[in-house]
Amino acid sequence: MDRRTTVKWMLAASAAWPLLRRRAARAEASAVSVQGYGTDPNLLTVYHPGDLWPLTLTPDQRRLAAILADLIIPADESSPSASAAGVVEFIDEWVSAPYPRHQRDRGIVLDGFKWLETEAVRRSGTAFAELGATDQHAICDEICDVSRAADAKRDAARFFALYRDLTAGGFYSTPVGRKDLGYIGNVPQARFDGPPPELLRKLNLP
Amino acid sequence: MPFVTAGSQRNAYDVIVVGSGAAGGQSAYALSMEGAKVLMLEAGRRYIPATETPMFQTPDLAPLRGVSTPHKPFGFYDATVDGGWEVPGEPYVRASEERSSRFEWWRARMLGGRTNHWGRISLRNGPYDFKPRSRDGQGFDWPIGYEDVAPYYDKVELLIGVYGTNEGRENTPDSPPECLLPPPAPLVSDLLLAQRAKRLGITAIPGHKAVLTRPLDYERTPARLHPHNVTAQRILAEDMRARAPCLWATPCGRGCSIRANYQSTTVHLPPALASGNLDITTDAMVYEVTLGPRGRASGVSFIDRTTGRHHHASARAVVLAASACESVRILLNSRSAQFPDGLANSSGRVGRYLMDTVGSSASGQIPLLESLPPLNEDAADGDQTYVPWWLYREQRAGKLTFARGYHIEFGGGRRMPGYGTGAGMEWLTGGSYGVKFKQDVRRYYGSFVGFDGRGEMIPNERSYCEIDPTVKDKWGIPVLRFHWGWSEHELQQAAHMQRTFAEIVDAMGGRMHRGPEQDPAKAIAPGGSIIHEVGGAMMGSDPKTSVTNQWCQTWNVPNLFITDGAVFVSNADKNPTLTILALAWRAADHILELMRRREL
Repeated sequence: MDRRTTVKWMLAASAAWPLLRRRAARAEASAVSVQGYGTDPNLLTVYHPGDLWPLTLTPDQRRLAAILADLIIPADESSPSASAAGVVEFIDEWVSAPYPRHQRDRGIVLDGFKWLETEAVRRSGTAFAELGATDQHAICDEICDVSRAADAKRDAARFFALYRDLTAGGFYSTPVGRKDLGYIGNVPQARFDGPPPELLRKLNLP
Repeated sequence: MPFVTAGSQRNAYDVIVVGSGAAGGQSAYALSMEGAKVLMLEAGRRYIPATETPMFQTPDLAPLRGVSTPHKPFGFYDATVDGGWEVPGEPYVRASEERSSRFEWWRARMLGGRTNHWGRISLRNGPYDFKPRSRDGQGFDWPIGYEDVAPYYDKVELLIGVYGTNEGRENTPDSPPECLLPPPAPLVSDLLLAQRAKRLGITAIPGHKAVLTRPLDYERTPARLHPHNVTAQRILAEDMRARAPCLWATPCGRGCSIRANYQSTTVHLPPALASGNLDITTDAMVYEVTLGPRGRASGVSFIDRTTGRHHHASARAVVLAASACESVRILLNSRSAQFPDGLANSSGRVGRYLMDTVGSSASGQIPLLESLPPLNEDAADGDQTYVPWWLYREQRAGKLTFARGYHIEFGGGRRMPGYGTGAGMEWLTGGSYGVKFKQDVRRYYGSFVGFDGRGEMIPNERSYCEIDPTVKDKWGIPVLRFHWGWSEHELQQAAHMQRTFAEIVDAMGGRMHRGPEQDPAKAIAPGGSIIHEVGGAMMGSDPKTSVTNQWCQTWNVPNLFITDGAVFVSNADKNPTLTILALAWRAADHILELMRRREL
């Protein structure tokens, strides 16, 4: 999978599997920026958002980023909210990154933020952040599924889909996200025995 | 003094090996362990897996959660230095940007080359794979058969460590006893695949991968690999003891600091260096093989990438192992009055008949795998199970629209979450967000399976590379221009892969987001993108139609050898690395024999 890194294992994303592979397989050459971390970064350093390129969201944008991220991943009995897990910093890092994909996403996210504010004012004459939860949900409900969104809200729905992917990607890649999903790997083991027999019996597998 | 600079090399070596990946590592190992004085020249920087490998780093410690960027196309932690689809300052040219005729070239500039990150899938070519033309009239036959290469497959498996089983499948050779290590236990998804594919007449078996599932047999193997050479046996025994078995965690594509999988830097180079017979110069960009008296190669010219200075190194023999296309580039750039079209190119075949692997992928969501209890399914990083080609009989009977086979690499399991987890799930969730979304992600996590079809491409006239007349890299070295084209055999095969994936997903009780891709031009991955590029200097039995003989020795220049994938005559569905290693070892034994006979 080959190699195949792998990108192979970005698999988690159902629909995204072939798409991501193909994207990775494309030489995005012309786009290589002089900035970024270069082709030989230190892989052992711990990187924090802002270490490699400046974060660019304004305080207002970050406030909105946090509200929206927490609408998508709120705290529940299993894990904290997205913003508590550092997702806002991650999204700021993402939309501030010098690479073509991230610059493209920056446009989608900032346009989406603007749309949310405009929509909030149109509905209630107030900023999205000042709306109550019910009103915030009412706006999100209309854009949370691209296939069901009204034509006029299709772009907003595409923004929401991207933002949900960013929020999920930022959240589930942290320790609290891994714990939420019951991921228990990435620890050295003396042996690997495979799934327990009782589980296989339950699934009617040999 | 094993790592030497351009200025501190010896005056002369027995053999210069250009490149340090699978072919270069194996060539240098086999030659130096048997006493030849070897100089290895690597274009990239020195790379030390023991101290540079991000073993347990999680995505949240990386920039952008470790996702692919133009600087690190396979993700931040991928073991590729100064490489990817583009190498800074070292362009190549595509004759076409059309998807159906574009070629992409993955390179790395590091000691060990692409072996540091490769997929580790290690399959033997079978008997059919060496005689394809005799079977179906397409392509070319190799000048050798499976029986010629088999002893070297044995040796390579014993040296590097490959897990797998012997299943007695058609054209899928068994290994002799004790060659293979036991495979990892299958995951839930592997068992479900095997159970359901069987209902379709498709047999899934344990994969073959260069990962140590237990310690190597350091007491008996060294004597099998180096009979009558107690020094080599002692060095290898010590080195084999120092390789730890898999700790059942961490992605192999990052490389392995404990040396539990095969990469040239952890398996070939340490014992070769310990022999005292190998010198390595890194940052040495070879651009020409120089000719001496009597039509023999006198050595190579290279640029020290740290100073920009030009140097020359001399040896009794030169081995090109720079990767198929880079070796071709060096030959085509080595022009002289005697070889105006490039060295060793009297056949005109240097650069011709490039091949990649036919690739097509799909994924499915399997309800039976939803909401499983927490399980550690890191195993040996995937490839516990694969499906070897199963339709030989149908093909022989003319029932298929393509001549050659493919295998299926399969993946599933509760892998480490990262960017992409929870993404693109609207088709399953109806666009949920909030607490319901968190429940959905928990439910679907680990329920996705992926299929990668890997098939044989038949060599054709339209797939080749040549020197671009104008473009040079930052060192002033003329670069390659690639031409590419598929035949209906490859296109129909890719579409068949897609239909098979859909049938298997269905048999597993699952669903695909979109149906199988039935436009063959969209189903097939672009040329080069599977990174199995081989050919360009094929071996043969006739100097008029091939570049080397069966020993990887060029017909035109008797002390010039090519031991990488360039000599491939066909590109079976089996991933090429194990065959590159076997042929390189076989060529090295021949070089040693010629040296003993004083013919070199």
